Amino acid sequence: MYSFDYVKPSSLQDALDAISGGGQPLGGGQTLIPTLKQRLAMPEALVDLTGIAELKGVSMSGDKLSVGGATRHADVAASAEVKAKIPALAALAGQIGDPQVRNRGTIGGSIANNDPAACYPSAVLALGATVRTDKREIAADDYFQGLFTTALEEGEVVVGVDFPVPEKAAYQKFVQPASRFALTGVFVAKFAGGVRVAVTGASQDGVFRWSEAEAALSSNFSADAVPAAPVADGMIGDIHGTPEYRAHLVQVMTKRAVAAAG
Amino acid sequence: MPKVSMTVNGKAVSGEVEGRTLLVEFLRESLRLTGTHVGCDTSQCGACVVHVNGESVKSCTTFAAACEGAEVTTIEGMANADGSLGTIQQAFQDNHGLQCGFCTPGMVMSAADLLKQNPDPSEAEIREWLEGNLCRCTGYHNIVRSIKAAAAANA
Ligand SMILES: Cc1cc2nc3c(=O)[nH]c(=O)nc-3n(C[C@H](O)[C@H](O)[C@H](O)COP(=O)(O)OP(=O)(O)OC[C@H]3O[C@@H](n4cnc5c(N)ncnc54)[C@H](O)[C@@H]3O)c2cc1C
Ligand code: FES
Ligand code: FES
Repeated sequence: MYSFDYVKPSSLQDALDAISGGGQPLGGGQTLIPTLKQRLAMPEALVDLTGIAELKGVSMSGDKLSVGGATRHADVAASAEVKAKIPALAALAGQIGDPQVRNRGTIGGSIANNDPAACYPSAVLALGATVRTDKREIAADDYFQGLFTTALEEGEVVVGVDFPVPEKAAYQKFVQPASRFALTGVFVAKFAGGVRVAVTGASQDGVFRWSEAEAALSSNFSADAVPAAPVADGMIGDIHGTPEYRAHLVQVMTKRAVAAAG
Repeated sequence: MPKVSMTVNGKAVSGEVEGRTLLVEFLRESLRLTGTHVGCDTSQCGACVVHVNGESVKSCTTFAAACEGAEVTTIEGMANADGSLGTIQQAFQDNHGLQCGFCTPGMVMSAADLLKQNPDPSEAEIREWLEGNLCRCTGYHNIVRSIKAAAAANA
């Protein structure tokens, strides 16, 4: 690792000041620290957000479930509120990586990173959540912009994510056993106004909505209604699976998610 | 260099660290507690698992400075007061839960966190919990058996 300063402010304002002075936000470090070890990043300073009480925890705000940007995966998984309102979200958080990753990794870090195989982006997109930053609110549909790319500007901090509460939802992940990330994962959410389906791990462009499945499931919410697998063009191909394999998994995991949502 | 203070295995300690100093480096190099191992560079093997404020974390993926004021427990803190092996350690010995022993400190610390939350885990729950702990020797069966035995010994 290159050398850098480390600060752990206890207020958001102090953190923002430190970030505008050239610091980079640090969540749980479960992605950033391995990146620093490989010398793929060279921050002047890291600004640890996990000591800021207002960025942590889960609450209902109006009819949305609000998760603070520095809330850890383990806390989302264990939250009675999340289990009651959006059990699929608690289950997703409880399947990220391993217990030690979940004890440090945060939702803000996960969606700021936007790994094409990460779990949370699929929930944020399928639930049509709003990403709240220190500057503005960003709709999920505008937030994810491709591989490791988001609408966040330099130094913009994810303060929280507000999730609409669906009638039913489920996440099904086909685990890549070495990394624990999704070889392909599908989050399905059914609202009174229709169904949203978001796919992670499959596309070269990162998380995406599978609109054919959304249309079919909005008129008939059953596993049998899931359309044929999408085209393999543009899907990820690597030693773990070909584009065709992933395209097929998109269909299979969508069926499983619909069945699991009940 | 900034100073960090924490409690390690019940003892108040402090030392100078850089921003980039990892908790595992502080433990091994400053405190000479070399029971905690480093088995990878990618945060995947779990050889470095310790407890911070009662929760298991990867000390290779945690900055020392982030543990200011924390209670840290390492494998050196798992023995009984008289120096005999703690329940989980003894269970690993009795059940051949280790061969080369490299993964063992992390396995024991991870298992201790599991048993605190779930005193009587099923085999499936143990295997799922150990997702972040890799062992190149045992094939895991005896590790699972050891944790089962530790749970029974605690009951
Ligand atoms: C072994 C292992 C297995 C894993 N398995 C999975 C898995 O199955 N599924 C999965 O989804 N993920 C997985 N992960 C990744 C994990 O979920 C990380 O916790 C997550 O990707 C990053 O969150 P973090 O809080 O650790 O962020 P950090 O590593 O601290 O930061 C990541 C990036 O986000 C930025 N950042 C952090 N917080 C904020 C914020 N609030 N606002 C703006 N920017 C911010 C940082 O500057 C950095 O660029 C795994 C990681 C490991 C090591
Ligand atoms: S040394 Fe491998 S996970 Fe920490
Ligand atoms: S006993 Fe050798 S790695 Fe586990």
